[in-house]
Amino acid sequence: MTTDLVFADKVSRRSLWLRLSGLLFRHPAMRGYLLLFPALLVMVAAIIVPLATMVIMSFWSISGYSIDTTPTLQNYQAMTDQPMYGVLIGRSLIVAALATLITVMLCYPMAYYVAFHVHRHKALWLIIMTLPFWTSYLLRVFSWKVVLGYEGVINTALLWAGLIESPLTVFLYSQTAVTVVLAHSWAAFALLPIYVSLEKVDKTFLEAAADLGDSAARRFWRITFPLSSPGVISAFFLMFIPTVGDYVTPAMLGGPDGMMVGNLIQANFGPMNNWPAGAALALVMIIAISISALVFLSLTRLIRR
Amino acid sequence: MASRYSFQKPNRMLALYAVAFAVFLYLPILFIPLFSFNAGVYVKFPLEGFTLGWYADLAARETLHHAFYNSLQVGAVVAIISTVLAVPAAKAISRYRLPGKGPIVGFIMLPLVVPGLIFGVALLSLLNRIGITLSLLTVAIGHIVICLPFAIATLLPRFEGYNGSMEEASADLGENAWWTFWRVTYPTIRPGILASLLMTFTISFDEFILAFFLSGTEATLPMYIWSQLRFPKDFPSLLALATLILIFSFVLVFASLRLSGFEQSNRQGKVQK
Repeated sequence: MTTDLVFADKVSRRSLWLRLSGLLFRHPAMRGYLLLFPALLVMVAAIIVPLATMVIMSFWSISGYSIDTTPTLQNYQAMTDQPMYGVLIGRSLIVAALATLITVMLCYPMAYYVAFHVHRHKALWLIIMTLPFWTSYLLRVFSWKVVLGYEGVINTALLWAGLIESPLTVFLYSQTAVTVVLAHSWAAFALLPIYVSLEKVDKTFLEAAADLGDSAARRFWRITFPLSSPGVISAFFLMFIPTVGDYVTPAMLGGPDGMMVGNLIQANFGPMNNWPAGAALALVMIIAISISALVFLSLTRLIRR
Repeated sequence: MASRYSFQKPNRMLALYAVAFAVFLYLPILFIPLFSFNAGVYVKFPLEGFTLGWYADLAARETLHHAFYNSLQVGAVVAIISTVLAVPAAKAISRYRLPGKGPIVGFIMLPLVVPGLIFGVALLSLLNRIGITLSLLTVAIGHIVICLPFAIATLLPRFEGYNGSMEEASADLGENAWWTFWRVTYPTIRPGILASLLMTFTISFDEFILAFFLSGTEATLPMYIWSQLRFPKDFPSLLALATLILIFSFVLVFASLRLSGFEQSNRQGKVQK
């Protein structure tokens, strides 16, 4: 009797397994989802759940050293009451936009060169252009501190050469310093998408235009540039979005004038110990980034039409 | 024939610009090794003579060795977990026609673009609410989030580079899915797996922003550097340490990019980074 039961159990389990694998065999999409599932699960658990917690926390408040979980709008109220928040967010958007603009403009000719003029060591060029990007962001910003500092490379070199009398302070602890360093550190993010779109440009169009008598400048503006514009637009997004929220560069090189919204968020979660206010500010930053991205996208749509 | 059109002729101005661009890209970072061999305590010109003393100084620092060991541990765990998760995901993305694939891939790739600060504070909020103490483990969780998109992007070109007929043949000849993976899929994508391991390890090893929010009492190497920046006297030793880390990272990433077929995939315009 018991052996029968065990046998029946085995059979039913086996048939269940067969039915399951049959299902997977007949529906390749099911198999695909199954393969994606672990990665997706981890990302949902580590992105969506924390972000949801942060959103909820932004409606809480701080009382003494603990968090009061009664819903309130006071964190958002504070942001509309005090102009400082608006100034910081506006400054972060402007600094990031400016850094992005500089980088995209400087990277375009570089990407163009690798796409059109490098034939033999293309791979090497691409690796050289992107290699620093993969390595320590902290150390790259740190190296700028060495270069720009009051007693840094530029100042002491100029003093030594006798070109200046006393160290210049314009380089360090300013918005300019932050903009320059952001533009420099994120170059690879702008370079790659522009390169990919330039590489896809069909060279026969250019040959046809040349045969029909278009000048080099006309060919560039009427063929190459419009065809590479998707890459330029994605370069803008890929660089603008993360740089708005950066806090390492302004913390190291910004000084009081160069402080960005990321620094205040970090301070709220650190020394100021007001997590709900920090959560609200982080959320407002995400919204500000999304709105600017949408405005930029509709602007480019308008221009391209 | 080939040089009939001006866009195919060598352009000296542009070549000059490219070289200047590359020099400027590397210039700031080159001062780190330069001053790590400088005898003076202050980072300034003129240089004061050659020394290896700052490197010798590193050998005596207990907390540094500890932080280094912590970073190795976190990096290894992160590299293995994110690569193990990325292999099936990359296969699904490259091989299957899945409804809703675009948004799903977009979501998984989100950490490439979203500021690390956001993930840092969001994860910190969650961990605090569910009462998990910060440790190296929480740092590793944060690092997996940002490494997974890079691991998938590194593996994708390998999956796209060969067609699935070998796997189908193996399945038709009666191998089960597991053996098909080990005997057909794995040998083909092995360079990609190695590239992904190297890349994710380096990203985790060098990562600062998430570690800043998610580390407890145990510091990783970048956290150690951050904490030492306040002491001007130790600055040259930090430069020596930074030099070693940069060399280490450059070698690993260079190997990874070469292995991954990064350049071919970019040439075909497949990786939409």
